[in-house]
Amino acid sequence: MQSTTTYNNTVVRQFSIMTIVWGVVGMGVGVLIAAQLIWPALNFDVPWLSYGRLRPLHTNAVIFAFGGSALFATSYWVVQRTCQTPLFAPKLASFTFWGWQTVIVLAAITLPLGMTQGKEYAELEWPIALLIAVVWVAYAVVFFGTIVQRKVKHIYVANWFYGAFILAVAMLHIVNNLAIPVSMTKSYPVYAGAVDAMVQWWYGHNAVGFFLTAGFLGMMYYFVPKQANRPIYSYRLSIVHFWALISIYMWAGPHHLHYTALPEWAQSLGMVFSLVLLAPSWGGMINGIMTLSGAWYKLRTDPILKFLIVSLSFYGMATFEGPMMSIKTVNALSHYTDWTIGHVHAGAMGWVAFITFGAMYFLIPRLFGRETMHSVKAIEWHFWIATLGVVLYISAMWIAGVMQGLMWRAVNEDGTLTYTFTESLVATYPYYMVRLLGGILFFTGMLIMAWNVWMTARPAREAAPVRTATQEA
Amino acid sequence: MDINTVRGLLTLVLLIAFIGIVVWAYSSRRKKDFEEAARLPLEDDAPNGPEDRGEGWQDKREGRDHE
Repeated sequence: MQSTTTYNNTVVRQFSIMTIVWGVVGMGVGVLIAAQLIWPALNFDVPWLSYGRLRPLHTNAVIFAFGGSALFATSYWVVQRTCQTPLFAPKLASFTFWGWQTVIVLAAITLPLGMTQGKEYAELEWPIALLIAVVWVAYAVVFFGTIVQRKVKHIYVANWFYGAFILAVAMLHIVNNLAIPVSMTKSYPVYAGAVDAMVQWWYGHNAVGFFLTAGFLGMMYYFVPKQANRPIYSYRLSIVHFWALISIYMWAGPHHLHYTALPEWAQSLGMVFSLVLLAPSWGGMINGIMTLSGAWYKLRTDPILKFLIVSLSFYGMATFEGPMMSIKTVNALSHYTDWTIGHVHAGAMGWVAFITFGAMYFLIPRLFGRETMHSVKAIEWHFWIATLGVVLYISAMWIAGVMQGLMWRAVNEDGTLTYTFTESLVATYPYYMVRLLGGILFFTGMLIMAWNVWMTARPAREAAPVRTATQEA
Repeated sequence: MDINTVRGLLTLVLLIAFIGIVVWAYSSRRKKDFEEAARLPLEDDAPNGPEDRGEGWQDKREGRDHE
């Protein structure tokens, strides 16, 4: 019927809707556990609602359910259009959707039950980890199969980033999850001691580097030019950016293990690589922001562009803060404090969620046959409420973190500690309140988005008479 | 050869590789190719093409209604 290429929008539509659903769930749980830190009674003495079980549920939901669905949706959209060919193996693509949603539901059941490997961002027990591996291999087949059958000469830079993200996450996930099962719900890692810790943080930091950075940079390299309607500032810079970023990220993991049993040289190596990482990170940020060069006025009127460009600003902030915190003397103050939580959220809310919001506001109308979102005004509201939320959240955590670090290290003249741990906790409460407020604002923005998406996606009213007519006929 | 010599040489090789990538990316011979590649996202589909308006979705919905 169609003479031109028909792209597979179904799987993109499915993943896009679930991005919104899991965003509401994941951020909602985040608000709950932020409140639990102030009012512990909010766990209602139910083990499934205890902080220690809900916290991994929150991180898994926002990173892998919300962020992961967004990456699937956008990568499938981008790879088809920049390769000018439909998705390779559409049935397999459909399997990645149902498989990934099954993983998320299993996570939402097992984590509150307390089944965990105890590895941060890799908590899920071995049967679920196996399913993730199978879904991920299918994802790689669909994505790289589409690139192989491309109708154009070049592989656009966004696909390089998505491709690196898919390959690296496969490798990280499999290596970090090598474990010996003792029952269906319990396993022990094959590694021990400091080696186990190093493997875990090699995984953990690269989950940040490849899942939360390279994948979303792929998103950036497509949706920023698309929404600004001009090519990326420098394609050459994007090539240097790509190779430098992926080669350096792999080695930065040891900065999570400063002053531990990890050998000193490995800690220093991790610190040096983390410092070098500033260069490619900012290269990418500049490349994205400068795409608007000569068209800055678009920022005033286009709330989608606001999300995309401000996400890059937060990316720049977080990737400056990260190398700074990896310096051992700074880390001596910041580690184990809420500064780390602030840093993670500058990246996760400011960069990852903002660029996702921008990309989703671009995609949703196109996926549901609309010119624009139901309410452009609501996008503007979402933007400002969410920005205020992030700023409150991260500044509260900066102050709380530095204060905690200073209180914990303060010593009296006779060498005894000046403050008890409880004193530092009591001093933190006001900042936890500000953090909760920031979280509530951010969550409110997410709810506005969910409403806007619902109104955009629901069946059009004007279609009704047509339907009646055909039924009568 | 001493292991530290190997490490030093490896660093040198990687530095040369990095410089090589930069020189390659910024060589004037590649300019036209990269400009072509940079335009790919803007050429992918006409803003008002049938696919872009999500007509596949509409067809499907109407199809379901006919049943």
